[in-house]
Amino acid sequence: MRHGKYPFIIGFLVVPLALYLVFVVGAYVQMFQLSLTDWSGYGGFTYIGLENFQKLWDDPVFWIALRHNVYLLIAMPIITIAMALFFAFLLNSGGRKAGGVWGSKVYRVIFFFPQLLALAIVAVIFGRVFGSDKSGMINGLLPESWTPWLFLADEQWALTCILVVLVWQAVGFYVVLFSAGMGSIAEEIYEAAALDGATKVTLFFKITLPLLWDTLQVAWVYLGIAAFDAFALVNIMSVNHGGPDNSTQVLSMQIYLNAFQNSQAGYASALGVVLFFLTLTFAALTLRVTRRDAVQA
Amino acid sequence: MTDVATTRAAATKKSARTTGKQRRINPLNGVAHVSLFLWALATAGPLIWVVLASFKNNTEIFLGKPFALPESFSFKTYADAWSEAHIGQYFLNSVFVVAVSTAGTMLLGSMAAYVLARYKFPGNRAIYYLFVSGLAFPTFMALAPLFGIVQSLGLLNTFTGLILVYIAYSLSFTVFFLVAFFKTLPHEIDEAALVDGAGHLRRFFQIMMPMAKSGLISITIFNIVGQWNQYLLPVVIMQGAGADSKWVLTQGIANISTSAGYHAEWSTLFAALTLSILPMIVVYAIFQRQIQAGLTAGAVK
Repeated sequence: MRHGKYPFIIGFLVVPLALYLVFVVGAYVQMFQLSLTDWSGYGGFTYIGLENFQKLWDDPVFWIALRHNVYLLIAMPIITIAMALFFAFLLNSGGRKAGGVWGSKVYRVIFFFPQLLALAIVAVIFGRVFGSDKSGMINGLLPESWTPWLFLADEQWALTCILVVLVWQAVGFYVVLFSAGMGSIAEEIYEAAALDGATKVTLFFKITLPLLWDTLQVAWVYLGIAAFDAFALVNIMSVNHGGPDNSTQVLSMQIYLNAFQNSQAGYASALGVVLFFLTLTFAALTLRVTRRDAVQA
Repeated sequence: MTDVATTRAAATKKSARTTGKQRRINPLNGVAHVSLFLWALATAGPLIWVVLASFKNNTEIFLGKPFALPESFSFKTYADAWSEAHIGQYFLNSVFVVAVSTAGTMLLGSMAAYVLARYKFPGNRAIYYLFVSGLAFPTFMALAPLFGIVQSLGLLNTFTGLILVYIAYSLSFTVFFLVAFFKTLPHEIDEAALVDGAGHLRRFFQIMMPMAKSGLISITIFNIVGQWNQYLLPVVIMQGAGADSKWVLTQGIANISTSAGYHAEWSTLFAALTLSILPMIVVYAIFQRQIQAGLTAGAVK
């Protein structure tokens, strides 16, 4: 039985572990080292202590990007979850036996589809949907006499456009996810509550929501990760990589620009280090805030 | 008297129940259908618009009327997008990279997960947590050092480099998912095979892999979709001289989109977009159920 156990274990672990250590763990470890250097991205570097962090603290663009990330991090999950819950509840009301609302299967298929498209492709599509002349889909739909909306070229609205696209793509996935969760809630609970005279709204808030809590928590974390990295959208859709005038600037864009355009890879690593600790804090906070005793179904 | 009272009470109760049910469902259905229909329209609208615009010329596109039919349906824009804008090349690059790296991810991921789930050895927990901790941190964070590592290995702007990086960054979720899955598989068959003298390797390939089929399919779909949709990693790794011939689809289309602004070849862009959307629609139409289950599998217990 023991024969060949360790050679087997080592044989199976060595390649995946090596790849993971080199490209993932290695990158994170080096990030800490490089954050203390003036590395440009090519060639050698010298250690400059905490200078990068000092510079970061004084960098107004960093604070703007951070504020936008926090905004997306809060707004995107809330809007997506609320809409997905609403649609999932509509699709499933009428009961599992009745098969939900008429056409619910078709809706589920359509809603889910954007999830299969690369965010980069979605970004290109919506870059045109939000086109600021008649060639843009929305402006093309507006009456002839209206002045076309600027959308992405408007400092006030550019970030909202990004938010809309994030939500547009994500909602369908969570409709399917919540539908699955709702499907596992026993029909009898609803019937019993309905007999007691509970309305649909009461059913939703007193039964569906508490029993779905675990799934909601997972959704919140997934959405947080998705909203955190809006790189593809900002890089492709926004005017001037985060513009106009930094109005769509986010941290992933800042890391990319500093590493590959401004030749300040050391500074970009310092940004990564700060984000590393922010993420840890966020994860701990999320677990703390959403911790609740699971309700038994 | 008592009889009448009971019947009447029963009757009122019954009618209250039926009207209650009707009031509960009917008005909601109206709202339900309108809002569901509107969202379906918002979801499908931009995609239909892209397909229509791919047949239009610049004048038609700039005229507005987004959902008007094009004057004529010609596939010239598609031919242009496929060959002149190199969409065909980017498409094949994507297929190649994703095929190899998904296969690699599945092989290496299931090997690691199997060992971590079914064998006791020192360091088991530590290695598991090392893999899983990668889930907590977004890829873009360590972009600069990742670029440095790929560069120092001489793998910048190579398919090998991109594939290895895809595999490495896909391992976290794959191992996390499959460890949980391998743990749920029964031990009896495994032990029976052991008694019959099957070695470790044979038990893995001939017993565990077939038993884990449903989990493996789910996570394969997850990885295919995830790697096909990657944008950040290829943008970082596929740069340098002659990189544009090795770009993947997302990169290629994003590039056409930025250059379309100067050359005003909008219909080529729309044709390129349609070419990237259509295969997804076809695959989705065929495997719709498995895709939905595969992508959501990791999130529901």
